[in-house]
Amino acid sequence: MTERYDVLIVGAGPAGLAAAQTAASRGARVGLIDAQARAGGQVWRHDVRRTAPRAAREAIAALRSVELLTNHQVVAAEPSALRVETQQGSSLLSYTSLILATGARELLLPFPGWTLPGVTGAGGMQALVKQGWPIAGKRVVIAGSGPLLLAAAATLRAHGARLQGIYEQAPVARVHAFARQLLRWPARATQAVALRAQLAGVPYRFGTFVRSAHGEAALRTVDIEGPHGTTRLDCDLLAVGYGLVPNVELAQLLGCATVQRSAHPQVQVDPSLRTSVAGIYAAGEANGIGGLAVARLEGAIAGHMAVGDTAAANLLLPRRDKARGFAELLATHFSLDPRLHQLADAQTLICRCEDVTLGELDGFSDARAAKLATRCGMGACQGRICGTVLAELGRFSRSGSRPPLFPARLATLAGAATFPLPTISTEVADHE
Amino acid sequence: MSDIVRLSIDGQDVEVPTGASVAAAIAHVGLHFRSSVSGAPRAPLCGMGVCFECRVRIDGVMHVRACMTVACEGMQVHCHD
Amino acid sequence: MKAAAASYDLIVVGAGIVGAACADAASADGLRVAIVEPGPIGGGATAAAMGHLVAMDDDPAELALSRYSLQQWEAFADLKEAEFSRCGTLWVARGDAELAAASTRATRLAAAGVEAHVLDANTLYELEPALAPGMSGGMLVPREAVVYPPRVARYLVQRAQSRGAQLYAGRRVNALPRGGAQLDDGSTLSGPVLVATGCALPALLPQLPMRGRKGHLVITERYPNLLRHQLLELGYADSAHGDADSSVAFNVQPRPTGQILIGSSREFSATDAAVSPAMLQRMLERCFAFIPTLRQLQAVRAWTGFRPTTPDGRPYLGAVPGGTNQWVAAGHEGLGVTTALGSARLLLDLIQGREPAIDPTPYAPSRMAA
Repeated sequence: MTERYDVLIVGAGPAGLAAAQTAASRGARVGLIDAQARAGGQVWRHDVRRTAPRAAREAIAALRSVELLTNHQVVAAEPSALRVETQQGSSLLSYTSLILATGARELLLPFPGWTLPGVTGAGGMQALVKQGWPIAGKRVVIAGSGPLLLAAAATLRAHGARLQGIYEQAPVARVHAFARQLLRWPARATQAVALRAQLAGVPYRFGTFVRSAHGEAALRTVDIEGPHGTTRLDCDLLAVGYGLVPNVELAQLLGCATVQRSAHPQVQVDPSLRTSVAGIYAAGEANGIGGLAVARLEGAIAGHMAVGDTAAANLLLPRRDKARGFAELLATHFSLDPRLHQLADAQTLICRCEDVTLGELDGFSDARAAKLATRCGMGACQGRICGTVLAELGRFSRSGSRPPLFPARLATLAGAATFPLPTISTEVADHE
Repeated sequence: MSDIVRLSIDGQDVEVPTGASVAAAIAHVGLHFRSSVSGAPRAPLCGMGVCFECRVRIDGVMHVRACMTVACEGMQVHCHD
Repeated sequence: MKAAAASYDLIVVGAGIVGAACADAASADGLRVAIVEPGPIGGGATAAAMGHLVAMDDDPAELALSRYSLQQWEAFADLKEAEFSRCGTLWVARGDAELAAASTRATRLAAAGVEAHVLDANTLYELEPALAPGMSGGMLVPREAVVYPPRVARYLVQRAQSRGAQLYAGRRVNALPRGGAQLDDGSTLSGPVLVATGCALPALLPQLPMRGRKGHLVITERYPNLLRHQLLELGYADSAHGDADSSVAFNVQPRPTGQILIGSSREFSATDAAVSPAMLQRMLERCFAFIPTLRQLQAVRAWTGFRPTTPDGRPYLGAVPGGTNQWVAAGHEGLGVTTALGSARLLLDLIQGREPAIDPTPYAPSRMAA
């Protein structure tokens, strides 16, 4: 079963939504794919208990003639087509133009205890809570780096979490310098002030980070290291994230070139967002972390490009360039303390899928050799967590993508349109 | 449409708001989603479908990401396979 | 002044499972060994392989070599690095003709000293309930096993190193001047050379024809207890030994992790390493016909590899025709893991002037020069 689209867009976050609306307004048949159950991406993720921000509601409402394909996971690339999997089966979506709006994931760094249940990403906890995770009354420590911590904290508090503190690794002088620079971006400044107001009474500490987490079957305490020594805090949940990493796996699978401005690759695009592969464009965080404003502008630019309107795209370039400047500011002021790269010890698990420790990876300078010898990166996350960690720690960079892009049913790889009902899985598991 | 869905987590009935994830439903019962290959308990890390720490068995299908699955009425969920 | 070339009793070129086994055997013989490998150890066909230890019996020479080698694999049965799992091999028959063939094969294997039993359909389903209905029976070879080849290769290289072998990691042999090997950094190693570079053989020994035969594999998430034996269709040999440009055969393994490893495909004309969706589909459909429940399992990864294939399907094991102090061990097609240890032993016997335990004539590289 093949569906044909003039413009196919992967990722229904702000960039993908803007791209879809732009391309559809020009009469193109547009398909917008997302693996999640609802459009919105991470920043505009649907909240089961609260109303979405107006911009998000408007962007989703503007989709009228777009075919929104949620719960569709891209698993493989074929010539001018993507194979997608749903809960019921799989299909092939062919395209004339493709826009990659695959966004970003959180940078998660290993430290002793990071595998304990109750330790999550900061954006990760925010996402879980928006989807109904019970957090009311729970004692939560928020840690890591960047403005995302405040956004996560605000969501968690609004859902009734008892915030024990927000621990920002960047030193106080740099955060203050960042705040002064914010005046050049009035919308951002207003947002920051509003967030701080929502978090009144919550300790916000700088130059401080989580050194380790402790507990038996689940998290009980964390050790926080700050300018004045180490403090142990009791808590139920730790939400810790160190910023964002572009999702480039689909781009790599499609053969699009990537570039590295940090330890992590981003999709290589020209100013008009063409990738190195003809007919494929990329927008938003996949091209380098830039934030919401960049994502919306780049989505619109890619939408224009995908329907051949270079002139309309060009009109948006100056605004996009200015918005990208904000990202530079973030990267400079929230750069990571080198001590964070030393938190994991030889016994700390790096590959959480296959339980491979940092010590087992000593002596390897190449991801593939390490994988063959230790199984590091062979698990279900396909190295998204451990590969990113090892690149961040300066050990070695991740090896390229190969299909399936995410674990997928064998029936999907065999091109099946519908799946059989489960018959054996239950029985098999009950043997254990 | 009801505001609440009921599902079973390891034999225990749980009620969550409509639209909530299976991960959220499991968290009402406990934080042991899966057992790692060396037997340690694990729970969601990334919350967005990347880390695969929240894999559970849903209606007989093994290794499904709980954070990516919307809870449905009558679902049978089994953790720590 | 030019530094004197490092001198060795044997320079092993290539650290796949075959080269690693040769280096291990040579160092065990007391030889001063060099190993030159440009990539990860066991990073070529060895890494892509399924790691089955299976006696193939349709060619007497192949049976002799695989049986000889399987005996030596027993020494690795308790080695953690080998991930040795004695799951046995279950050959599945579809139809009475294949069941009759199973009977012939069991007799042939038994004659060679390999335990094998013919199974009726009832016994087959008792052993593997997940098989699709309608199978006629099969053949069980209970002592056979699976291993994890890249870690074995690494172990063998490290064992050779512990006996003094020198590993030139990240170095490539660019040429074979008389009396040694020239590396890509311009240095030269002197001594007899053993080339075990698999598909890359023609770069150094163009007189020995070799083709890469592409294969696809898929591995799943963990499903412990779904399958108990490595399973092959009795028609497998038709795919492995046939000349068709492309073919698929049912071949799945339960790995010790609980994962299911799924093969197999063979293609001569495909030269790029990309996973081909069409070939993958064909291979999976073949496997679904035998184990329908595979459809529901989660695949974690798919990859390809190239089997080093000689024109007659037998490896080159022996002196390089026209060469002096040049040896070759390459071209094991899909059976390199099974036969690596026996190949190494055979080759060391030839190098050291001992009488080999099995007849080396069928593998003599000189057959190509004739």
